[in-house]
Amino acid sequence: MPHAGTIEIKNLNKQYDVKGKPLKVLDNISLSIKPGEFISIVGSSGCGKSTLLRLLIGLESGYEGEILLDGKRISGTSLDRGIVFQEHRLFPWLSVEQNVGLGLLNAPGMQSAKDKNVQEHIDLVGLKGFEKAYPYQLSGGMSQRVAIARALVNRPEVLLLDEPFGALDALTRTRLQQELQRIWQAEGITAILVTHDVEEAVYLGDRVVVMQPRPGRIKRILDVPLTRPRERASADFVAIKDDVLSEFSHEINHATVAERLERANVLAA
Amino acid sequence: MSDTTTTSTASKTAFNWRGLVLPITFVVAWYAATALNLVNTKLIVPPAGVVTTGLKELTHGDFYLGIALSLWRDLSGFTLGALTGIAVGALIGASRLADKVIGPTFHTARQISLFAWLPLLSALVGTGDLSKIIFIAFSAFYPVVLGTLEGVRSVSKAHAEVAKVYGFSPAQVFFKLILPAASPQILSGLRLGLIYAWLATIGAEYLLVNDGQGIGNTVFKGRMAFNVELIVFGLVVIGAVGNVFNRIAELIEVRLLRWRAPAR
Repeated sequence: MPHAGTIEIKNLNKQYDVKGKPLKVLDNISLSIKPGEFISIVGSSGCGKSTLLRLLIGLESGYEGEILLDGKRISGTSLDRGIVFQEHRLFPWLSVEQNVGLGLLNAPGMQSAKDKNVQEHIDLVGLKGFEKAYPYQLSGGMSQRVAIARALVNRPEVLLLDEPFGALDALTRTRLQQELQRIWQAEGITAILVTHDVEEAVYLGDRVVVMQPRPGRIKRILDVPLTRPRERASADFVAIKDDVLSEFSHEINHATVAERLERANVLAA
Repeated sequence: MSDTTTTSTASKTAFNWRGLVLPITFVVAWYAATALNLVNTKLIVPPAGVVTTGLKELTHGDFYLGIALSLWRDLSGFTLGALTGIAVGALIGASRLADKVIGPTFHTARQISLFAWLPLLSALVGTGDLSKIIFIAFSAFYPVVLGTLEGVRSVSKAHAEVAKVYGFSPAQVFFKLILPAASPQILSGLRLGLIYAWLATIGAEYLLVNDGQGIGNTVFKGRMAFNVELIVFGLVVIGAVGNVFNRIAELIEVRLLRWRAPAR
């Protein structure tokens, strides 16, 4: 069982320069994540949730405040953090097993041990028998399973998921959510999922972090004290889901008002 | 799953018999025109004469030596041009600085017809094998550079991020990401380079005339002796060799790019 990472985000601020003007994308984010915890982050587009994840994986840099993994400041990418992107991002010229093996390319250890590890993770995501297949021969759901195996194969302390099922059809998405829960429990690692799907956030998260945009900040953090696997139709589940959704109703009304004003201005002009 | 791959590979490489319709029609018309004396048979020789001349050449050791020497020049020049082409293409494609420094010169130089270099080349290096090989290398160089350049630029940012996440070293980025990602375009460039190199081989042998041997020299000798049969036979051999090259390149390409979806 790998060591699960502890993440501490303290007073995190991040801004981009857009045409010479600073644009604040993350405003004073603070969040503590316990080892082995599953955190869901929901928010509409533009709330900075993906930027937050990109800072955590190390693909973005230049921020104020602190992001600590096991007490150490994160700088750049590292094999102790794995990520699954919205697109599978498999290398089309490599087979399934070679793609999963990429995760171990720069990890220490014997090749035979690595091969065994790759096979275990292909089995874990339910793709036994597809080791030699090329990405073009896989469905979207299967490709995303390979991406999950690639992210987990070097046994990272933290698994980051950036809307991993956003591009999949509803049935595949539901099935992969169940699979992800099983995999997360089997691996016992810390997971952070960014999504705009409220049901997905509640189904998977120990806690749901609701973010709001312009600038991106945490609006509310909800506990999901339900036993797993969760029943999507149960009253408790629906109550929590509605609670999360209620955080967005204001935002929606707000957007509508802004849109109406804009339209009125256009008409007046 | 693997079945689909094999079928598509097979259909791509299976012999296209319908491609023979035009050449056969042409030979029949040629035969009819000469047999019925519709044309001056001194200029347009009967096919039978070409076959006789061809058979005579084929029993001659010199003919095979000529082919071997042509192939040797072709492949030496091609190898030289292709390797430098991949290196230069990768450099211009990957480095903005290199593109700024080398790019303009390269794109201007490739506008100059290759044949325009011949007088300078023969003045500097003579008309021997070295100048021929340099000429052939140049002809393969340009398409390979362009293919490599295009391929290297097509590497997606998304894949580059994956490489970063897994801590790829610069060498790993080059050999495990850039080169395979660019391989379809590099292979197209190489295939084009192979065709150009063969054209240049014949051109060099024909234009940089010395007492050397080669299939281009055979054609040249035929012209000198007004031996139209020999000229036509030479053309057939040149075409056949070119075709074999193209076919081999095609097979290698299909094999190396089997990871690509067959439907395009």
